[in-house]
Amino acid sequence: MSTAEDIVTEAPAVEAVPKRAMTLGFGTSLVVLAVLILVPLFVKNFIIFQLTMLLIYALAVLALNILTGGSGQFSLGQSAFYAVGAYTSAILMEHVGMNYALTLPIAGIVCFGFGFLFGQPALRLSGVYLALATFALATAMPQLLKLGYFEHWTGGVQGLVVTKPDAPELLQAMASWFHKSISQDMWLYYFTLAVGIAIYIASVNLLRSRSGRAFMAIRDNEIAASAMGVDVALYKTLAFGVSAGITGVAGGLGAIAVQFVAPDGYTITLAIQLFLGMVVGGVGWLPGSIVGSAFIIFVPNIAESFSKGLSGAVFGVLLFLVIFLVPHGARQVAIVAQQLIGKLKKN
Amino acid sequence: MPAIHLRLGAFSAALALLAATTDPSVAQKKYDTGATDTEIKIGNIMPYSGPASAYGIIGRTEAAYFKKINDAGGINGRKINFVSYDDAYSPPKAVEQARKLVESDEVLLVFNSLGTPSNSAIQKYMNSKKVPQLFVATGATKWNDPKEFPWTMGWQPNYQSETQIYAKYILKNMPNAKIAVIFQNDDYGKDYLKGLKDGLGQKAASMIVAEESFETSEPSIDNHIVKLKSSNADVFVDIATPKFAAQAIKKVTELGWKPTHFLNNVSASVGSVIRPAGYENAQDIISANYLKDASDRQWDNDPGMKEFYAFMAKDFPEGDRLDGGTVVGFGVAQTLVQVLKQCGDNLTRENVMKQAANLQDFRTEVLLPGIKINTGPSDFAPISQLQLMKFKGEKWELFGDVISADVGG
Repeated sequence: MSTAEDIVTEAPAVEAVPKRAMTLGFGTSLVVLAVLILVPLFVKNFIIFQLTMLLIYALAVLALNILTGGSGQFSLGQSAFYAVGAYTSAILMEHVGMNYALTLPIAGIVCFGFGFLFGQPALRLSGVYLALATFALATAMPQLLKLGYFEHWTGGVQGLVVTKPDAPELLQAMASWFHKSISQDMWLYYFTLAVGIAIYIASVNLLRSRSGRAFMAIRDNEIAASAMGVDVALYKTLAFGVSAGITGVAGGLGAIAVQFVAPDGYTITLAIQLFLGMVVGGVGWLPGSIVGSAFIIFVPNIAESFSKGLSGAVFGVLLFLVIFLVPHGARQVAIVAQQLIGKLKKN
Repeated sequence: MPAIHLRLGAFSAALALLAATTDPSVAQKKYDTGATDTEIKIGNIMPYSGPASAYGIIGRTEAAYFKKINDAGGINGRKINFVSYDDAYSPPKAVEQARKLVESDEVLLVFNSLGTPSNSAIQKYMNSKKVPQLFVATGATKWNDPKEFPWTMGWQPNYQSETQIYAKYILKNMPNAKIAVIFQNDDYGKDYLKGLKDGLGQKAASMIVAEESFETSEPSIDNHIVKLKSSNADVFVDIATPKFAAQAIKKVTELGWKPTHFLNNVSASVGSVIRPAGYENAQDIISANYLKDASDRQWDNDPGMKEFYAFMAKDFPEGDRLDGGTVVGFGVAQTLVQVLKQCGDNLTRENVMKQAANLQDFRTEVLLPGIKINTGPSDFAPISQLQLMKFKGEKWELFGDVISADVGG
C-alpha cells in the first residue's frame, strides 16, 4: 500500500516541473508587470517607442519559444509569418480603413492558417531539415511581397505607410483631468502591453493544458508520445499554427509602431534575430523572451558604440560570451539568482 | 526688501534689453535644437552592416570630411558634431535610429540617410517633426516633392532625369528609332522606364517596340535579350543593376545584334560591369554621368580631383579612392557645408531648408565640368544635369553638352 501512496503523491510533483520551469513565480511576475507599467511615465517618447518594439519582438520570440521550446521544432522562417501579419494589418488599415485594433486578430488568424498549412509539409521533416525548409520560406517572403500581382495591395518595393493611431478620446479626456496628455507612443505602448500580457497568459495556460503536455511529449520523444495516444501530426501542425498566429499579431503591432511596411524590413536577418533572442532568453522559458528581445534590440546599439566598422564583430564577441558563460541564457541567470536569494533568506 | 528685489529685477531686465538691442550680432543669432554658438549637431543613418554595407563607406567619408572642416575651424566658428548610426538597411531599424537622432540626440537635421526603403520609412516622421531630411542618398524621383514633403530633399540626379536625357538624345539624333527596353521589375526599374516614356512624349507608344522586365531572382536575363532582338529594334535601353547589365552587354554581342546601346548610370562602372563583360563587347555603349570617375586618368591633373585625392591621402587614408562611394560622400558633404555657410547665424530648421532650396550654381569640384547644383522653393532636385558618355577602348569618353532634365516626384 505504501508504494501506491508514494506514486500518488509523487505524480503531481513530476508534472509540476515543466510548469514552474516555464514561468515566473507570482510575486516576480507582479514586480515585472509593475516595472513595465510605470517606466513609460518617466521617460522620453523615443524610449517609449524602443520599449514598444521590445514588447513586440518579445511576443515574436515568445511565439518561437512555444514552437521550439514547447514542441521541439526548429524554425528559421518566423520573419515570413511576421511579414504576413504586418502586411495584413497594414493593408486592412490603409486600403480597407479598418480600425487598427481589429486588424490584429485578423492578422493572427491569417497567420495561424498560413502556419498551419506550412506545418503540413513540415511534418515530414525534422531537426535541421525542418530548419532549412523554414529558412527557404524566410528567403522567399520578401520577393513574394514584391510580386506584381499583389502590388496594388502591397505597394511593391515602395511598401506602405501606416497611420499611427491616437489614444481613444475617452482616455485623453481622463488624462486631461490630471493635466497630462497621452502621446501616440505612450498609448501604443500600453496597447501593446495589454495585448502582450493577454498572449503571455494564454501561452502559459496553453503549455499547461492537455495540448501543451502533448507538445512537450512530442518534444521529448515522438515515438513515446504517439504510443501514449498523442496525435503527433495534429499537434505538430497546431504548434506551427499557434506560433505563426502569435508572430502575426506581433508583426501587425510592429507595422503600427513603425508606421511602415516594406519587403526589406522582413528579411532572413529578422528570422535569425528572433532565433537568437530565443536562445539568449533561454529555450523553453517563456519569461526569457523579453530578455532575448532586449538583447536583439539593445546589444547591436551597444556594439555600434564601440566601433562603427566592427559593430558586427563586436556583436559576435558579445554573443559568444553570453553563449559561453550562460549557455541556457537568461533562464540560467534567473535560477542562479533564485538560489542566491534563497541562501540569503536562510542566513 | 521686496522693493529692492523688484528694482534690481527691473534694472537687470532693462540691462538685458539694452544689450540685446545694441549688439546686432546677438540679436540675429537664432537657433533650433541641435545648434549652439559652438556646435552644429548633424544626424546620419547608414547601412554599416547588413546587405548594403558596401555603401557604409559614404558615411565614413563624410565623417572624415567634417573632421577636416572642424580641424580648420569649423563653419562660422561652429564645429560639426556628426552622429552617424547603423540601420543595417532595415526600415524598422531606420525608424528607430531616426527617432533616436531627433528625440534623444536632438540633432538639427538628418543628412544623407541612405536607401530608398529606409528613407521612405522615416519620411512621414521627419516631416511631421519638421526636421530636415536633407540630401538623401537614393536616386528615386519621389524625393523631389516640396509640396507634400517640404522637409525632404534628394541630392543625386534622379532616375527619371537620366532616361529623359536619353530620350532627348534619341529624339534628336535618331527620330525614327525603334526602341527595345529591358528593365528590372522594381521601383528603380520602373522609375527609369517612366522617365524614358515621359521623355519621348507622344512618340513613346510608336517608338518603343518591345518591353521586357526581369526579376532580380532570375539567374540570367539572356532569354529576355533574345526576345528583344527578335523585335528588330535598333536602339536598346538597358535598365539593369551591375550583374545583369554585364550579362546583357555580353549577350547582345553574342547574338550579333548591333543596336545603339544605352546603359543606365547605375551600371556604368568600368570595374564591376564593363571589364567582366569584356571591353570588346562594350565599345560605343552610351551612358551618362555627373561625377568625375576617380579611376579615369584624364582627371589626374584636374584641380578639383587633386583636392579630393589630397583629402583621401591625408584625412581618410583607410578609404579606397576608387570606390565610387568616397567621391559621392565627399561631394555631398561639401554641399551640406555650403548650405550651413549660407545659413550664417540663423541655424533654425526652417532656415536650413530655405538655404538648401536656395543653392545657386553651386559646384563641388568632383562634379563633371559644367554641372551645377541649383535648387529653388519648388525644385528639390539639387543635381539634375548629366553629360552623355561613350565607351571607347577601355574608358568612357564624355561627349556633347551638359543636359538638364528636371523631374518632380
